Amino acid sequence: MYAQMVKSEASNDDPAKLEAFQARIDAGEKIEPKEWMPEGYRKTLVRQIGQHAHSEIVGQLPEGNWITRAPTLERKAILLAKVQDEAGHGLYLYCAAETLGVSRDEMTEMLLSGRMKYSSIFNYPTLTWADIGAVGWLVDGAAIMNQVPLQRTSFGPYSRAMIRICKEESFHQRQGYDIMMKMAKGTPEQKEMAQDALNRFWYPSLMMFGPSDKDSVHSAQSMAWKIKINTNDELRQKFVDQTVPQAEYLGLTVPDPELKWNEEKGGYDFSEPDWSEFYDVLKGNGPCNRDRIEARQQAWEDGAWVREAMTEHARKRAARRVAAE
Amino acid sequence: MSSEWPLWEVFIRGQHGLNHRHVGSLHAPDAEMAMNNARDVYTRRNEGVSIWVVKSADITASSPSDKGPMFEPSNSKVYRHPTFYDIPDEVGHM
Repeated sequence: MYAQMVKSEASNDDPAKLEAFQARIDAGEKIEPKEWMPEGYRKTLVRQIGQHAHSEIVGQLPEGNWITRAPTLERKAILLAKVQDEAGHGLYLYCAAETLGVSRDEMTEMLLSGRMKYSSIFNYPTLTWADIGAVGWLVDGAAIMNQVPLQRTSFGPYSRAMIRICKEESFHQRQGYDIMMKMAKGTPEQKEMAQDALNRFWYPSLMMFGPSDKDSVHSAQSMAWKIKINTNDELRQKFVDQTVPQAEYLGLTVPDPELKWNEEKGGYDFSEPDWSEFYDVLKGNGPCNRDRIEARQQAWEDGAWVREAMTEHARKRAARRVAAE
Repeated sequence: MSSEWPLWEVFIRGQHGLNHRHVGSLHAPDAEMAMNNARDVYTRRNEGVSIWVVKSADITASSPSDKGPMFEPSNSKVYRHPTFYDIPDEVGHM
């Protein structure tokens, strides 16, 4: 998902305290920032929320790529609003992570140095306008699958950030599907572009849920803590079941010859993505990894003088106010 | 200079007549920018008619470990609730 393969941290805390903590979570209570929590819970959450926040921020780049080239003024305004939302979502999540004792600058530094990750999906390029449709439809669609259950996560600030995000996310997916409908019903060339976008984004979208975590101890711990609600496989299945009929409505073909409805399980059978590609992208070898981090690095450096000037301006104004009193 | 901008808590009045409600937080160098940022981050869809921003450092919060002494005394005072009193049906709505 936006947070992939988040390793959960072991806790070396007092077993009695751990048990009481788990009981609170099992009872459905929310954990708030200043309350006692196991060190592992705190660290895992910082990593997961941080990765989620970074994904929102880096996720602006592939879409920002098309703002100046959107086909109509209306599409441009819509895309601007969507990219602005992603910035907002990143900010909600950074604030949630900060309540756990990590600073915004530390998180930025960890993203830029590669010590914190963002979702693998944003290392793929947006080559045509149809890709903007596919990103909204598939990428935001996959994100929603994960974010809706996370509204019930045990950590209060994370849960509240998720609730705000989910309220806004539906617009993102619908505007993407709207672009796909337009393209799929357009000229043969436009329809071909839509098909090509689906071909390229299908498997990377399936990768967003992360590899199967049936046997993962990390997942078991995170699920017990309710910072992960469903397994990766459950969410991936749900995503496929929901998306295939939507592709059929568009008259597009999901690029999977093995795709077949399975009456018995009440869902589709489908091919796994190429997991070696996934690990390779995570390692930094995707088509756009270097571009993405360079763009973030440059934004951070180019903004330095603005941050400094505003701090100085605020300091001077405060000093002047004191002098006037 | 590499100091981080201070954290501000944002409160929004959703509609006329309602209380301001805490919606989240953000970083800004001063109150004016906090207000501008709050508008952009928290009211992109008509969520409010009024915004308050307060420096997080200026908020005094009760401590979670004081939950017992702070709030339990009111548990035993059931007579503060209207349902404590049995009023006969004949009396009518009260």
